[in-house]
Amino acid sequence: MKVALFVPCYVDQFYPQVAIATLEVLEKQGVTVVYPTRQTCCGQPMANSGFEHLATGCNENFVESFADCDYIVSPSGSCVLHIKDHLHVDGAEEKTASIRQRTYELVEFLTDVLQVKTLTSRFPHRVGLHQSCHGQRGLKLSQMSELVAPPFSKTGQLLGLVEGLELVQLNRADECCGFGGTFCVAEEAVSVKMGKDRVADHQAHGAAFITGNDMSCLMHLDGILRRQNSPTKIVHVAEILNAW
Amino acid sequence: MVSPSHPRQDHATLAEKFNRDEARVDWHDKTLWFIREKRDRAARTLPEWEDLREAASQIKNRVLDNLRDYLLQFEAQAQRNGVTVHWAANAEEHNQIVHRIIQQAGVTNIVKSKSMLTEECHLNDYLQEKGITVVDTDLGERIVQLAGESPSHIVLPCIHWKKEEIGELFHKHLGTPAGNADPKFLTGAAREHLRQRFMTSRVAITGVNFAVAETGEVVVCTNEGNADLGVQLADVHIACMGIEKIIPERKDLGIFLRLLARSATGQPVTTYSSHFRRPRVGQTMHIVLVDNGRSARLQEESFRNALKCIRCGACMNTCPVYRRSGGHSYHYAIAGPIGAILAPALDMKQHADLPFASTLCGSCTHVCPVKINIHEQLYDWRQVLARQGYVGGVKKLGLMGMAAVLARPRIYRWSGALGRWFMKHMPALVNNRLNPWYKQREMPAVPRQSFQEWYRQNRQQHGQQR
Ligand code: SF4
Repeated sequence: MKVALFVPCYVDQFYPQVAIATLEVLEKQGVTVVYPTRQTCCGQPMANSGFEHLATGCNENFVESFADCDYIVSPSGSCVLHIKDHLHVDGAEEKTASIRQRTYELVEFLTDVLQVKTLTSRFPHRVGLHQSCHGQRGLKLSQMSELVAPPFSKTGQLLGLVEGLELVQLNRADECCGFGGTFCVAEEAVSVKMGKDRVADHQAHGAAFITGNDMSCLMHLDGILRRQNSPTKIVHVAEILNAW
Repeated sequence: MVSPSHPRQDHATLAEKFNRDEARVDWHDKTLWFIREKRDRAARTLPEWEDLREAASQIKNRVLDNLRDYLLQFEAQAQRNGVTVHWAANAEEHNQIVHRIIQQAGVTNIVKSKSMLTEECHLNDYLQEKGITVVDTDLGERIVQLAGESPSHIVLPCIHWKKEEIGELFHKHLGTPAGNADPKFLTGAAREHLRQRFMTSRVAITGVNFAVAETGEVVVCTNEGNADLGVQLADVHIACMGIEKIIPERKDLGIFLRLLARSATGQPVTTYSSHFRRPRVGQTMHIVLVDNGRSARLQEESFRNALKCIRCGACMNTCPVYRRSGGHSYHYAIAGPIGAILAPALDMKQHADLPFASTLCGSCTHVCPVKINIHEQLYDWRQVLARQGYVGGVKKLGLMGMAAVLARPRIYRWSGALGRWFMKHMPALVNNRLNPWYKQREMPAVPRQSFQEWYRQNRQQHGQQR
């Protein structure tokens, strides 16, 4: 099985430790991982702002980078959802369709494809799980509170395998953090207020760490936590799964 | 209306103003979240909830696919029932028709029960100019009317008012004792005040929640019974509806009434579901069917199913942005997620900001009782607006630059390293007031190297290269 690692641009630039953790978690499962070095970005920043049509070059580069591998795995629900929903290159419909199908977020790859039942990781802390919307409602990594349907959580399932980890309950299990791509600067006031409220929910329940499947949401929450000088820290789920 | 010398402020600006009073934002957010949770509990009492949503969605799809036929069937039935049916192509025509009917009745005072369509058409302003006094009889609607405002929510028009403020407003307009903010007392006072209007008004306007093609009847859902009272006491009943309000058969109400009340307020059913089928003896009844952009929207594959909306307001209650920016920040009669996909269809230029007032979290789509893919339409609207040139030049330039970099792996690596170098060595370049991120958030700490640099150093020599 050949797995290509897709590292979102901002993770590459600002959170290399998350990408390293992802790589190592996969390798610990006995997977051969390659990292196509031509890759840049999924194109979401342009597309979510209405400029899907400007992302052509970016999309072509993505297709070239990931054309030949069995799976594409990424530590970001949002970027994966964008690829799955919107990757398009004129004249390469077959290739893109196949890529869209082969792309997985890290957690769902572990639970659904590798069917991981045990982990050798330890993280003895109280942890709050931030359900990023694109992973949750888009990729269905966990059940959403809006639906009348049986609960499940793929991320929760994996965190349950981590030694010493204590998952805290939240008042609002799946409220958006307010990051939202360019929304975080274009609608600064609402974005920050949403982030502050999310952080407060975790803090009120004694979370020492806030984790999640998307570094973008966590980057936003981290910016708020650090401005508050809060002792609460953020940590990507890949880092927890890779911790010992 | 918007005057050219004072360009209307956009959602972000209005939301920022709303956020200056953080305690109020907290109160607004909690009030609406309470309703969202009530909705959740009510939905969970029906194990078949998701099936109901699917059924409602399919019925509405069928209606949209055959709208012309259903409308004609409805018209024929209504006429058979002795109702006069009018067709209005747009808001202007709607207002003219209503005005004409009022004139014929020879009155200058009328009562109206809550109708989002008449808000959309700005009927109150129109009639006022013609010298006709309109009293909104829905309590919340009356409150915003007394305050000279528009509703901030389609189901809960004065949800942005605290009870103390309502006490003050009533003291000023209705002469209630100063400082009395007891909701029961205030409701009583409003009732007393409205009763006189009801008794003396010979024309009553109502909105329509559902119009049944099979029978020609219209159904109006209220919690206060004000639609009934108004209509029963008046000589003339005018029911105003958008053409999408049609449902095929009476039995479909079994699905829609259950969904509507639970989605809107968490009640099992609204207190009054009033069926108006034919005028009583001596009364005349009119139904005004309004298009106002709806048939044009029906042609648009990506946006047509917004016409399935039954105006329950659930998408607003659940929207984390709506709860923290208030209904008026949407500067359109219908606020929140559904307003943000309806408004640009009417006027792209005026409402180009609204589809961007969202994080695309998708909560709206999944509470919606008729399964409108609201967040996908927000995304699609963004594409349309950008292509038509309605997205700001600076944003566009920035994104063009970004797109150019992200399409070129080498330039991307080079500029990433450069950017990180600047952030590390000249943090003032980004940590300043011009950077909206930095205003209330720290920038991410800059790592020593990117993942790609780490990978080249630590892994690539092992031959794991492509
Ligand atoms: S879009 Fe859906 S949730 Fe929103 S008001 Fe309409 S029916 Fe209700």
